[in-house]
Amino acid sequence: MKLNDFISDNKSLIGLIILMAAVSFANANFLGIDNMLNILRQTSVNAVIAMGMTFVILTAGIDLAVGSILAFAGAICASLIGMDTPLIIALFITIMVGAGLGATSGVIISYFNVQPFIATLVGMTMIRGATLVYTHGRPISTGHFDVAESFYQFGGGYMFGIPNPVIVMAVIFALCWFILSQTRFGRYVYAIGGNENVARLSGINVKKVKVLVYALSGALAALAGIILTARLESAQPTAGVGYELDAIAAVVLGGTSLAGGKGRIFGTIVGALIIGVLNNALNIMDVSSYYQMIAKGAVILLAVVVDSRGKSN
Amino acid sequence: MTTLLELQGIEKSFSGINVLKSVDLTIRAGRVVALAGENGAGKSTLMKIISGIYQRDSGTVFYKGETVKFATARQSMDAGIGIIHQELNLLPEMSVAENIYLGREPTRLGKIQWDVIERESKKYLAQLKQNIDPNTPLGKLSIAQQQMVEIAKALSLNAEVIIMDEPTDALTDIETAILFEVVDELRAQGKGLVFISHRLGEIFEMCDDIAILRDGEMVHQGPVSQMTEGDLIHHMVGRELSDQYPFVPAAPGDVRIEVEKLTAHGAKEVSFTASAGEVVGFAGLVGAGRTELAKAIFGANPVESGTVKIDGKEIRLKSPQDGVKAQIGYVTEDRKQEGLVQSQELGINMSLTGLERFCNALGFVNKACEAITISEYIEAFAIKTRDANTIISNLSGGNQQKVSIAKSLVPEPRVLILDEPTRGVDVGAKREIYTLINKLKAEGLCILLISSDMPELLGISDRILVLSGGKLTGSFARDEATQENIMRCAVAGQTNG
Repeated sequence: MKLNDFISDNKSLIGLIILMAAVSFANANFLGIDNMLNILRQTSVNAVIAMGMTFVILTAGIDLAVGSILAFAGAICASLIGMDTPLIIALFITIMVGAGLGATSGVIISYFNVQPFIATLVGMTMIRGATLVYTHGRPISTGHFDVAESFYQFGGGYMFGIPNPVIVMAVIFALCWFILSQTRFGRYVYAIGGNENVARLSGINVKKVKVLVYALSGALAALAGIILTARLESAQPTAGVGYELDAIAAVVLGGTSLAGGKGRIFGTIVGALIIGVLNNALNIMDVSSYYQMIAKGAVILLAVVVDSRGKSN
Repeated sequence: MTTLLELQGIEKSFSGINVLKSVDLTIRAGRVVALAGENGAGKSTLMKIISGIYQRDSGTVFYKGETVKFATARQSMDAGIGIIHQELNLLPEMSVAENIYLGREPTRLGKIQWDVIERESKKYLAQLKQNIDPNTPLGKLSIAQQQMVEIAKALSLNAEVIIMDEPTDALTDIETAILFEVVDELRAQGKGLVFISHRLGEIFEMCDDIAILRDGEMVHQGPVSQMTEGDLIHHMVGRELSDQYPFVPAAPGDVRIEVEKLTAHGAKEVSFTASAGEVVGFAGLVGAGRTELAKAIFGANPVESGTVKIDGKEIRLKSPQDGVKAQIGYVTEDRKQEGLVQSQELGINMSLTGLERFCNALGFVNKACEAITISEYIEAFAIKTRDANTIISNLSGGNQQKVSIAKSLVPEPRVLILDEPTRGVDVGAKREIYTLINKLKAEGLCILLISSDMPELLGISDRILVLSGGKLTGSFARDEATQENIMRCAVAGQTNG
């Protein structure tokens, strides 16, 4: 019985292990430490976005604006670094901009009763437009001040031999896990997704919680923008296009229900890793990027079908 | 006088609770039979069995002399049984004509014959003296007009048997009069009609026969002409009180809650007070405004005017957060949709309203402290569960209800509102809940009890207030309250809509 419970609770983890085993048979270089760290680093941007998305989806919402917020925040951050703003202040402002954009979606959803899909679709379009206006459609360089050098550490640096983006991902994971499992706020997120009516009649300020959830999603999208900008050493106006879908895929692969109220942040990390491993494996096996998209879609479909069959049984 | 539809020995249970016990009913051509009974007596269930929405557990239905068993509403409709539902089953976005012909649109070569639909709809609306353009979106009509459309739909079926489940609830006097004329016509055409209404006056005005259900049993059938309103009420409520209700006399303390001229959606200028250590019962029919009043006091429904004071201090009534903050506990009548998150664990549900109690200033939950309180309630309320991690939907109704009550008690309320606390709960668990209410009363809690189960109200309340049409129409001390005088107040103001 215990083993069965473990299996049904950790389907995505088992899926990841099977996937990794299969790939390591096909390619001997796959399991090397360097490649593993590489996968973790490549996964970090999507994982950070997906962790914010997890909160949103747990409330039975969706956030399509994260890719655009990533690009806008990246552009703001690159400009600030280019103006020799102290690193801490630049990062703080960037993350606050992301949180503000997310909170705006949240306010529109909660207080103007707009469906999350529509509210964030509008946000996705407008924020992408604003990014293009702000950057004139060209990349923004991070300049040549000393601060730029320390900024690059965010994307390309290492600490104890581990890439910095991976450390950021780990810290965010710990934080999200703590919020969801140990705080009142986390409890309310689950309750709202489980049944918003019940949450409201239990005296929970549903509107406020939702605004905070979208603000968190926006803030984490901005953080992902910082990592990406630091890695590329410039902000691209078209950065993050389609990232919202990768993030949603990671959340769903991790076993979180799109209907809300059910899911774990650990699952999301595993989901992001499944996508990361898949991308990496297809790359090192020299599969053309066109076929990669088909393969990725097929794996996600397979995972979701297996999951929903398990539920109906 | 031919028999159109005959029911014999109909039985039906829902999750182990027997809601219909060997019920017989005869519907004759050219007669209107009134189906009377309290809330929850089984009237709607019986009608849903006739129309194929529910399946009977046992018993026989003869329709025009043949045994029938309708598997779907569609089949009964095709056979000539039309039902006008209590809840409107119409689509607001579609036009009136589309609604009337939904699912049976006349077509030619696959194309809907809109002209036919429009012409026919107009004809049936005209029969009801309704000058409504059939192309109007239904949602644009008033509730009364929508009800008339629902009636037109039943007419358009050209049914032999027409069941009307509280058709006049949403109608004004004028429309009710029109409906009665139409009923007379249908009677003259030899149709068999069933009429369900809480307005007793209407039963005497337009029905030929009467059938009275009580607790799922058919207790009386016969011509209306041989009955008085008093007989009818007596048959509807005439149960004997037994020790199912363990009453403990109250020692009321200071006035705890004062409600003054509270007007909100569904409640009009309601004033009352209740004291610590007292159970005040609220009686009334469905739609009398009791739940609406309770929700307004809790802050869940917008208040138009009036005040609520707790311990002499006026409280804010903008949202349920205000209610919780003012130490009001509200146990909803709708466990599934409003009370508990069905897909989540027992413990998480129980501490949801009172989570504050276990949190530090930063909002971190002290889980050890929370777990102790949860297990204390599980033990004190004798909740049958493996542990606090059981998913709510796996618990029985009675146990869910206990969790729901515990949930509202965790924040340590000073006033507890119980809305139908024993609905869908079996007899044994009911008694446990009554004992619990007595215990809370003895501890000095002020309890407002809404219940449609009259013996229950009479059995455990210290005082009973009656609402009708959103207004307070009666107030009885425990020793003056009888089922008859409560029912009289409950139907008062209903006769004229």
